[in-house]
Amino acid sequence: MNDPIYQTDDLIAQDIDAYLDRHRHKTMLRFITCGSVDDGKSTLIGRLLYDSKLIFEDHLAALEADSKRVGTQGQEIDFALLVDGLAAEREQGITIDVAYRFFATEKRKFIVADTPGHEQYTRNMVTGASTADLAVILIDARKGVLTQTRRHSYLAHLVGIRHLVLAINKMDLVDYDQAVFERIVADYRHFADRIGIGPFTAIPLSGLRGDNITRRSDAMPWYAGPALLEHLETVNLDADRMQEHPFRLAVQWVNRPNLDFRGFSGQIASGWVRPGDAVRVLPGGQTSTVTRIVTFDGDLDEARAGQSVTLTLADEIDCSRGQVIARADQPPEVADQFETTLVWMAGEPMLPGRPYLLKLATNVVTATVTDLKYQINVNTLTHEAAKTLGLNGIGVCNLSLDRALPFEPYTDNPDLGGFVLIDRLTSATVGAGMIHFALRRSHNIHWQAIEVNRAAHAALKHQQPRLLWFTGLSGSGKSTIANLVEKKLHALGRHTFLLDGDNVRHGLNRDLGFTEADRVENIRRVGEVARLMTDAGLIVLTAFISPFRSERRMVRQLLPDGEFIEIFIDTPLEVAEARDPKGLYRKARAGMLKNFTGIDSPYEAPEEPEIRIDTTRLSAEEAAEIIVQAMTT
Amino acid sequence: MKTLTHLEQLESESIHILREVVAEAETPVMLYSIGKDSAVMLHLARKAFYPSPPPFPLLHVDTTWKFQDMYRLRDRAAREAGMELIVYRNPEALARGINPFDHGALHTDIWKTEGLKQALDLHGFDVAFGGARRDEEKSRAKERIFSFRSANHRWDPKNQRPELWKLYNARKAKGESIRVFPISNWTELDIWQYIHLEGIEIVPLYFSAPRPTVVRDGLILMVDDERFPLQAGEEVIPRSIRFRTLGCYPLTGAVESTASTLPEIIQEMLLTTTSERQGRAIDHDQSASMEKKKQEGYF
Repeated sequence: MNDPIYQTDDLIAQDIDAYLDRHRHKTMLRFITCGSVDDGKSTLIGRLLYDSKLIFEDHLAALEADSKRVGTQGQEIDFALLVDGLAAEREQGITIDVAYRFFATEKRKFIVADTPGHEQYTRNMVTGASTADLAVILIDARKGVLTQTRRHSYLAHLVGIRHLVLAINKMDLVDYDQAVFERIVADYRHFADRIGIGPFTAIPLSGLRGDNITRRSDAMPWYAGPALLEHLETVNLDADRMQEHPFRLAVQWVNRPNLDFRGFSGQIASGWVRPGDAVRVLPGGQTSTVTRIVTFDGDLDEARAGQSVTLTLADEIDCSRGQVIARADQPPEVADQFETTLVWMAGEPMLPGRPYLLKLATNVVTATVTDLKYQINVNTLTHEAAKTLGLNGIGVCNLSLDRALPFEPYTDNPDLGGFVLIDRLTSATVGAGMIHFALRRSHNIHWQAIEVNRAAHAALKHQQPRLLWFTGLSGSGKSTIANLVEKKLHALGRHTFLLDGDNVRHGLNRDLGFTEADRVENIRRVGEVARLMTDAGLIVLTAFISPFRSERRMVRQLLPDGEFIEIFIDTPLEVAEARDPKGLYRKARAGMLKNFTGIDSPYEAPEEPEIRIDTTRLSAEEAAEIIVQAMTT
Repeated sequence: MKTLTHLEQLESESIHILREVVAEAETPVMLYSIGKDSAVMLHLARKAFYPSPPPFPLLHVDTTWKFQDMYRLRDRAAREAGMELIVYRNPEALARGINPFDHGALHTDIWKTEGLKQALDLHGFDVAFGGARRDEEKSRAKERIFSFRSANHRWDPKNQRPELWKLYNARKAKGESIRVFPISNWTELDIWQYIHLEGIEIVPLYFSAPRPTVVRDGLILMVDDERFPLQAGEEVIPRSIRFRTLGCYPLTGAVESTASTLPEIIQEMLLTTTSERQGRAIDHDQSASMEKKKQEGYF
């Protein structure tokens, strides 16, 4: 406890103005600490806060009292209690979320993201690491490199952290033995090489005793490197790296106080900008020249990565939120299909084919996972085949967006390559991802221009193609009514085709079962086939339970406006169950059928179907007549 | 190569957050409590949208028990920023004459917690900016920058969205509202340094001056108006005091000090040994009290 106390510089008392001037020029480092409770992580952070004098007397008094009551260090101060936050967590004795701590030295301000090391909290670590320049990976000197060490290192590397510090803690418990330290470093080097981690800094220390925390410890004269805090104070910052990259700014907001001023506000993602610079606005590609860099404190001569500014351009070109202003001769790529690494953060599994919202820089678009190539086991780092990603799952997958966006690979520019996925119904953030590269076909290969197009097909048949999408519970009467509708349309000379469970499940979708993921894929395939048939000019009828709103919406979006007709066969569960034409409800109730819609799997009724049929008031014949009327008038 | 200083980075981050909200929210509002943190937040908002005025109103949830100096600065600050100022006083609290002398904890509950909910519902604000910082208190260290509240304004610490990079998901589920804290990553020292550097006007009570005081329950209280009831044996004594945090005057403890300039305040802060919230009666009850208050809807 006799380490130098950083902030009580004599200068504060003697010359506060000189002190303040010096502190104006401090820089900022964000880092993350990874390790479990047992590694002494909280103790280490508590020690950093304590030694940089950020613990006040009243906090300290509470800490001393708490230490005696619930601490794990006997009568000694338990630094871990300083950083365990919420009451519920304190009772459980673990930290379960990301907490941010602050401390400062003469040279830098530090923001520490403290995340738990338990396996189920990959999500928290990725979140904390996403804004960090550096990761401190804690290792218990007695235990060496463990599975969780590899997991934390992999995640830090995955999120693109360039500076790794291997903090080999509890050296006091191995008699400050150099051989122990070197063996662990060699083990780690072997592992780091395998996953592509470059240089790292290994520091032997003791959080509990304060060795090599704020200054080099006399207990380990064999160690010639910096103390942890010295290293944190001098390591290069990521923001500096981004200044060397070409200029990019994602427009957040168009500033229009009056007709004479139109400014584009945003934070510079990379590079520098000066008035007179030629810029290109993506994805449109129009070019112009920067005229002013406007700020509250007056116009600037130049601005650089990290600054929030407002630019004005010489020309009246189309530019709004979501577009990227970039250096004209080195613009970013624009694409709508990517290979990415995706980290899943929700209890509901990720389903390929299901549309999600994707937020990338200042854009929000619709995206679907088109191909989950493999899942990564964070413990063994092996690739495993998977159909879905569960909570904390990490996979490499292809994404398809509903429109093309300017982007950069994540490793080049995190601001233009990192994205989150949002559930369209709950609005929750369900996943986070990093773009590797654009798929070639998305920017190089154009659709085959077809001479005999869908309009020609339809014209020959003298009809408007349509997709009549029947949805409703099992036993609601979908197939019966759809059959009648097809007969009537056929009699009227229309070219039709009915897709239902019988002709699809036995062939095209023979490989699919009834899990949520398989149901989504089933509907996706039916939707694609139906679309091809409408391209051929047909009136297609489908009769599938199709219980999820998002899949029905996905199919709707495949078709031109007005061609998707959602027909809700509205039969209450009690009625459908009483009819039970195939005896399926009985089996489901008996537990013999799993994932049965209405029993142990939800049905999401359409909110605004084009046609709603109440089968408790209409016969199948009447219902079919209503639908045919609606189609032919 | 020119590295941004920590204050430049903090400023830029806060401006980015303010602009994201304005771009994505329907009816944002800024909660303005007149303290130093609010002063910084308002200043950042003016910077974020310049040359436009900040495109949202200021909301002051008043308790009628703030210091007189605070009311004076509030009205002037809103005018100078070119922003609409909405002052809301809970009519129930007004009718029942709720006050800090007779009603204890109920005072904060009804005027502030209830008053805030009523004001947000009344005006249909979907996003409210607040000047809370993560370094203030342990439970705030885990607070998101975008903090989601249920339809009845409750905060569920277990059910907050992960925040990655600079990507804030501002989409709401039905009935939800969002509290956004643009200065989450600022510390008390950052705030003071920034006020000093930028020349931001703050309430004079932060600076030491001789003021009429009474010592009660170990707190030095300022007798700011004639509503202050003296107890037997109490005597109003002029002391050279200042405040490290400002709230309702009968609940806010002063410190004896001679610091009358910003550098002196910062100097005192750096040499001091107690945390700033200690001057507030509200946090003392139990160590998890702030967390409880937040779950109930207190900012």
